[in-house]
Amino acid sequence: MNAPVDMRVTRRLVLATGGAVAVSFALFPKSFAQDASGTAGKPPGDLAKFPMLDSWIAIDAHGAINVFTGKAELGQGIKTALIQCAAEELDVDPASIALITADTERTPNEKYTAGSHSMQDSGTAILNAAAQVRAILIEIAAKRLNVPPEQLHTKGGSVVANDGRKIAYKDLVGGQELHRTAQPKSPLKDPKDYRVIGKPLARVDIPGKLTGKPSYVQDLRFDRMLHARVVRPPSYGAKLAAVDIAAAERLPGVVKVVRDGSFLAVATQSEFQAITAMNALADTAKWTETAQLPKQTDIYAFLKKLPSQDTTILDRGNPNEAGVRAVRATYHRPYQIHGSIGPSCAIAKYEAKKLTVWTHSQGVYPLRDSLAAMMKMPAEQVHCIHVEGSGCYGHNAADDAAGDAALIARAVPGRPVRVQWMREQEHGWEPFGPAMVSDAYGAVDASGKIVAWQYDVWSNTHSMRPGGPGNLLAAQYLARPFAPDAPKPIPQPEGGGDRNAIPLYSVPNIRVVSHFIPQVPLRVSALRSLGAYHNVFAVESLMDELAAAANTDPIQFRLRHIDDPRARDVIIKAAQEFGWKPNERLARGHGRGFAFARYKNLAAYCAIALELTVEHETGDIRLRRVVAAVDSGQVVNPDGIRNQIEGAIVQSASWTILEHVTFNTREITSRDWSSYPILRFSNLPASVEVHVIDRPGQPFLGTGEAGQGPMAAAIANGVAHATGVRIRALPLSPANLKAAIGI
Amino acid sequence: MVWRILVGVVVLIAGAFGAFYAWAWRGEIPSLGNHDASSFDPSIVAKGAQLAAIASCDVCHTKPGGKVYAGGYPVKTPFGIIYGPNITPDRETGIGSWSAAAFLRAMREGVTRNGQHLYPAFPYDHFTYATDSDINAIYAFLMTREPVRQANRAPDIAFPLNFRLFAAAWKLLYLHRGPYRNEADEADSWARGAYLTESLGHCGACHTPRNRFGAEEKNRAFDGGRAEGWRAPALNENSRARAPWTADAMFNYLRFGYDSVHGRAAGPMADVVRNLAKASEKDVRAIATYVTSLSGARASAATTASIEATVAAGRTLTAPPYGISRAHQTTGSAGHDSLGAKIFTGACVTCHHNGGGLPISRPIDLALSTPVNEDDPTNLLHIVLSGIHPQSGQAGPIMPGFEGALTDAQIVALVDYLRARFTRKPQWHDVAGALVKIRQERRTAAMEAPR
Amino acid sequence: MTILTVNGKEHNVGGDPNTPLLYVLRNDLRLNGAKFGCGLGQCGACTVLVDHQPVYSCLLPVSVLEGRQITTLEGLGKNGKPGPLQQAFIEEQAAQCGYCIPGMIMRAQGLLDHNPSPSEADIRAYMQPNLCRCGTHMRILRAIRRAAKELRTVRAEPVR
Repeated sequence: MNAPVDMRVTRRLVLATGGAVAVSFALFPKSFAQDASGTAGKPPGDLAKFPMLDSWIAIDAHGAINVFTGKAELGQGIKTALIQCAAEELDVDPASIALITADTERTPNEKYTAGSHSMQDSGTAILNAAAQVRAILIEIAAKRLNVPPEQLHTKGGSVVANDGRKIAYKDLVGGQELHRTAQPKSPLKDPKDYRVIGKPLARVDIPGKLTGKPSYVQDLRFDRMLHARVVRPPSYGAKLAAVDIAAAERLPGVVKVVRDGSFLAVATQSEFQAITAMNALADTAKWTETAQLPKQTDIYAFLKKLPSQDTTILDRGNPNEAGVRAVRATYHRPYQIHGSIGPSCAIAKYEAKKLTVWTHSQGVYPLRDSLAAMMKMPAEQVHCIHVEGSGCYGHNAADDAAGDAALIARAVPGRPVRVQWMREQEHGWEPFGPAMVSDAYGAVDASGKIVAWQYDVWSNTHSMRPGGPGNLLAAQYLARPFAPDAPKPIPQPEGGGDRNAIPLYSVPNIRVVSHFIPQVPLRVSALRSLGAYHNVFAVESLMDELAAAANTDPIQFRLRHIDDPRARDVIIKAAQEFGWKPNERLARGHGRGFAFARYKNLAAYCAIALELTVEHETGDIRLRRVVAAVDSGQVVNPDGIRNQIEGAIVQSASWTILEHVTFNTREITSRDWSSYPILRFSNLPASVEVHVIDRPGQPFLGTGEAGQGPMAAAIANGVAHATGVRIRALPLSPANLKAAIGI
Repeated sequence: MVWRILVGVVVLIAGAFGAFYAWAWRGEIPSLGNHDASSFDPSIVAKGAQLAAIASCDVCHTKPGGKVYAGGYPVKTPFGIIYGPNITPDRETGIGSWSAAAFLRAMREGVTRNGQHLYPAFPYDHFTYATDSDINAIYAFLMTREPVRQANRAPDIAFPLNFRLFAAAWKLLYLHRGPYRNEADEADSWARGAYLTESLGHCGACHTPRNRFGAEEKNRAFDGGRAEGWRAPALNENSRARAPWTADAMFNYLRFGYDSVHGRAAGPMADVVRNLAKASEKDVRAIATYVTSLSGARASAATTASIEATVAAGRTLTAPPYGISRAHQTTGSAGHDSLGAKIFTGACVTCHHNGGGLPISRPIDLALSTPVNEDDPTNLLHIVLSGIHPQSGQAGPIMPGFEGALTDAQIVALVDYLRARFTRKPQWHDVAGALVKIRQERRTAAMEAPR
Repeated sequence: MTILTVNGKEHNVGGDPNTPLLYVLRNDLRLNGAKFGCGLGQCGACTVLVDHQPVYSCLLPVSVLEGRQITTLEGLGKNGKPGPLQQAFIEEQAAQCGYCIPGMIMRAQGLLDHNPSPSEADIRAYMQPNLCRCGTHMRILRAIRRAAKELRTVRAEPVR
C-alpha cells in the first residue's frame, strides 16, 4: 500500500465521557473569551461534546504530539489553523504536531465540516484542551520536581522550572495522564502573549501539493487496486431497461460489471480500461426515462406555487407602514453547482465483513451511518477515513462516490476499488445549490430612516447530506431502492434557506417569513453559504434601493441603521481603504458597489466595496478594484483569512456574473465546463485587497463563507450605479444585463 | 516632331490624370455641430442596432479587449494591415462630427467626412446597396453610442499602395454604386434576404473569391473565398456540406451558431453568428432563406428523408470504436492501426464518438462536418491546431487546440485519417504543405492568446 | 510497449498505446502532479509540458509521445527542494484546495519558457485555459509574477 494516510497512531481512542479524575485549575483564575462560548458548567466548543482530553491530544513516549480533530481539510487551511491553536497553548513548535483529521476510528465525531464551524467548534476545543493539557503537564512536573506549579512554565515542549531544571513532555506522560474530563474553564494564555496564533504560518499542506506528493484521495494507490466507473442514467429516476453486460465483460481488463437494479458500474485493472468499458456500457444501455422537470424559464413561479411550510422568523411592529417612499422588489437566484475541479472520488475495500472507505466527504460519521444502512451492515463494521479531495464548497458528490465505491467493492471482496466520477457525472448529478426567490418590501420615512421591512423567502432544503441511506445517489437506483430522507429546514438562528434573511439593521417594523418548500424538483443540498448567498444579495440590494429612496449615500444609509460597533468598524474600514466618497458620480459605464453582512448574523463580519465597469454594447461586467474588510474575532492565521475572503470574492463573482444550471423538462443540460462556464482569468478583478481586523481574545468567528453574499450584492449595486438599472435576478450575465440596459 | 508627340502624350496623360483626379476628388462635408443623442427616435436607434448586428460592424471596429466600436482591429489584406477606425460618436477620434450626409456618403462611396478615400477592406461595395433609411438607422444607432476617445491607427500598407488615390482607382473599376436595385418587399422573405445578404450582410466579402486586385469575382459569386486564413465555404451549388442545407438548418446555424446536422460556427464565422443573435429574427430567417436558395437544386431537393438518410449514412462511418463494432474496419490511412486512428482514439474519441451514451455537449458526427468534406484541409487544420473556444464566460463548446501537442507529421496523419474514415472523397493532396502555410500565417500573427 | 521520456528519464510503458498520457503518468509511473479534471480539455488540471509546450495530458495518447520530452510537476522540483515556480507559489501561499495548482504551475512554466518577461495581460491571457474553483487566481498571478522576476534576477547574475 502506498498511501499518505498517517497510520502511526493505531490505538482505539476512548471517546465516551468517562469518570476520570477532575483537576482543579484554581491557579489560573484569568479567563478569556475562547472559553466563554461554552454554556455554564460545560467546556467550550466541541470539547463539551467530547470532554475527554485525550480525545483531542495525545503525547506518546517518543514525544510525538498527536492532535485529533473531527473536522476535515477542504482546502480552507483548517489543518494549519488547528495546529496553531494546539501549538500555542502547548508551547511547542507547530512542526512537532501531527494533526489527525476526520476518521471514524480515531477522531471525535464532530459531524460535518461545514457552515464555517471548524474554528468555532474544533479550534475552540483544541485550544482549550491544549491549555488544560499544559496545566496537567505542569501539575505532574510540579510533583516530580517538588516545586509549586507557579514556579514552572512551559517552553519548547518541556516544563521548565525557575531554577533551570526541565522535563520534556514525553517524560511526563506514560499512561492515562491525559485521560481526564475537561474542565468548564481553561487556563488560557493572555492573547497578548501569543507567539503562534495571529501569525501567518505557512500552510502545512501546500509544499506537498505543489510538488506532487500524494495529497488527495485521487492520489491514493493500493496494491491490487481496481479502477471503477459508474454508468449513470441519462436523467433523474431513469430505469435501466437493458444493457449488454456480456459484451462489456469481454473488453480488456474488465474484472466485474456490477448491476443492481439501475445501478450500473464496471471494475477493471487499469483506469483507461474502466473509462472504455463505461463508454461501451453506456452505448448499449437502454433506459426508461421518467423525469418531469419544471420548465427552466418558469422555475421561480413553479417553486413559489409548490406547497410550503411557512415560519415567521421575525415579527415586530407593523411592517405595512407606508413611510414616505417605499420599494417593492423580487429577487431570484438560479440553481448553481459546486463545480469541484476534481470530480468526486472514493476508494473502498470490503473484506471479512468489514468495509473501509477513503473519502473526501465533509462528514465521515454521518457517511458511515448512511453506508451501513445501505449495505445493511453494523455501523461498527464501517470505517470512513477522510482524505482530502478537490475543494468541495459544500455537499457535492463526495458521499455519493463513497456509496458507489462501497457497492462495487462488495462485489470484488478483498480488492480496493477506486471510483472516479467523470466530469459530466459531477456536473449532472451533484446536488445543486437550490434556486431561490424572495419578495421584499421596504419603506423609509421623511428623516431617511427605514420604517418598515417585509421579506419573504422561498427555498428548498439546503441540506440533503448523508444520514439515511437514500441520500446516497446509488442507493436510490438499487433493485430495492432507498428513498431520500424527507427534506427538513435548518432552523434559525443559523437557518438554511432563510440564512441571513433577517437583516442586521435596526428596523422598528419588520416581518420576515421563511417559506420552506419540501418538494424537490432538482437534486439539491448545501452549497457554500446556503441561503445566505441569495438573502444577502437581496437584503443588501434592497438597502441600496432604500438608500436611493432616502436620497442618501449607501454607506451612510447603512451606518444610520446599525449599532453593532464591530459591524460599523468593518463597514468603515472597507469604505476608507476603498476611498469611498459619499454620493460620488462616476463616468458613464463606471460604477461602485458596496455590501455588508455578518455571516449567519453570528459569524464573521465582512464588507466589500468595489469598482466596476459595464460595457454598454455587450453587457460585460469588468471588475476593477475590490476591497474587503473582515472581522473574524481572534485571528489565528491572518493569511488564511485573507485567502478565504479573496477566494470568496472571486468565487462569488463567478456565481454572480456567469453561473446557472440549465435543464429541459427531461434532463440537466449543463454537463461540462462548456455548457456551464465559470470564471476564467480574463474575467478576474484587476485587484483584490482584504483587510483583516484582529480582535484579540474574542471568540473565533467562522470565515469560510462570509464573503460570498456581500460580493454578489456589491456587484449588483455596482451595476446599478454604473447603468442606472437595478437587476434583481442572478446571474448578471452579459445577455441578462444587455437585455436589461437596452440598446 | 518627336518633341511634339512627347508633349502630346504628356498632356494626354496629365489630362487623363486630371480627369481622374477630378472624378476622384471628394470635398469635405462640414462638421456637425454638437449632436444630441436624445434627438434620435428610439425606434430608429433600435432598428439601427439590429442592422448594425447584421453588418457585424463591431468585428472590424473593435480591437481585442477594447471598447466596442472604438476601432483598432487589424484587418489583414493581401496589401497590408488596415485598422478599423473608431466609429463611436467621439468628436476628435470617432464620427462625432459626422453628419448623416457624411455617413451616408461613407457607406455609399467609401469616403470619409473630410473627403479621404477609404480602402475597400471597408465593404462599401456591399454597403452601397443599403437603403437610405437603413443607413440612417445605423447612423442613429452609432451616434447614440458612448463616445470613446481612442485615436485611430494608420494602416500598414506598403508604398505605393498607401496612396489613397489607389482606392479611388479601385472604385472606378469595382464599385457599383447603390442603392440596391430591387428594393425588397419586406413581406417577401427571399427578397428581403437577398437585399440584406448583398448589402449590409456583405456575405460575399468572404464567401466570394477575390481577384488579384482584391475585388470579388462577380461571375463566381458565393463560390467560396477566404477569411483570415480560413476558407469561407461555398454557399452556392459548389457547397461541400455533406447534407444539403435547408432554410431551417441555416436559420439555426446563423441565429444560434449551431445546427445539429451542420455543426458549430467556428473561425471568423463565430463573430458573425454572435452578431446575428442580436439581429431581428425575421431578418435572420430572410437571410437563411436567400442563402439556402443559392445552392440551387440541391437545397430545393432536400427533404427530411434525404437529410436523415445522409445522417444515417454518416453514422455508419462513425460507429463507436470501442471494440464492440469493428464492422467498418478498413485499411490504409483509415485503418484502425494507422497512426491517425491511434491519435483519433486517444485524443478525439472522448468527445467525437457517436454512441450517444455520455451526455456531454457533443459535436456533430464528423461525417457531416463541412471542414472534413471541403476541397482543401485548411479549416480542418485550423480547428485541429487552435480548437474551438467560446467567448470567455459564455456557454459554447470547447475544443482544445492540438498545436504543440501533436507534431506536424501526427497532425497530417490525423487529418488524412479523418478524411479517409469520415468521407468517401479522395484524399487531400499535400496536407503537409497546407499545414506549413497555416503555421507560417500563424507565426506572423501576433502571439496567439487563447481566448 | 511505448518508450516515454518523462522528466529526463526513459520509461517502458506497457498496456494500450491509445491510453491518454494522464493515466500512464498517474497509475503506471505514480506521478501525482497531473490531475484528472474533466478529460475533455476544458480545465487544464492535467497540464504537462511536451517539448516545453503546455498540453492536456488527458487527451494525448502515449503512442504519439515517443521521442518527445515530457515534463511533469515532479520534474520542476521536489518536496523540500522546490523549483523556482513552485517556490514562488509557496511563498505567495497560492493554493486553497490546491487541486488545480499543478496544472497552473505547468502552464505558467510553459509561459516563462517562451516569455521570461510577461506583462500582466500576457499572463492573464496565457492562463485562460486553466480553471480554478477556490478563487485563488489573484495569488496565482502574484506567484507567476514573482517567479518571472526571480528567474530574471537569476539569469542576470554573472556565472561564477
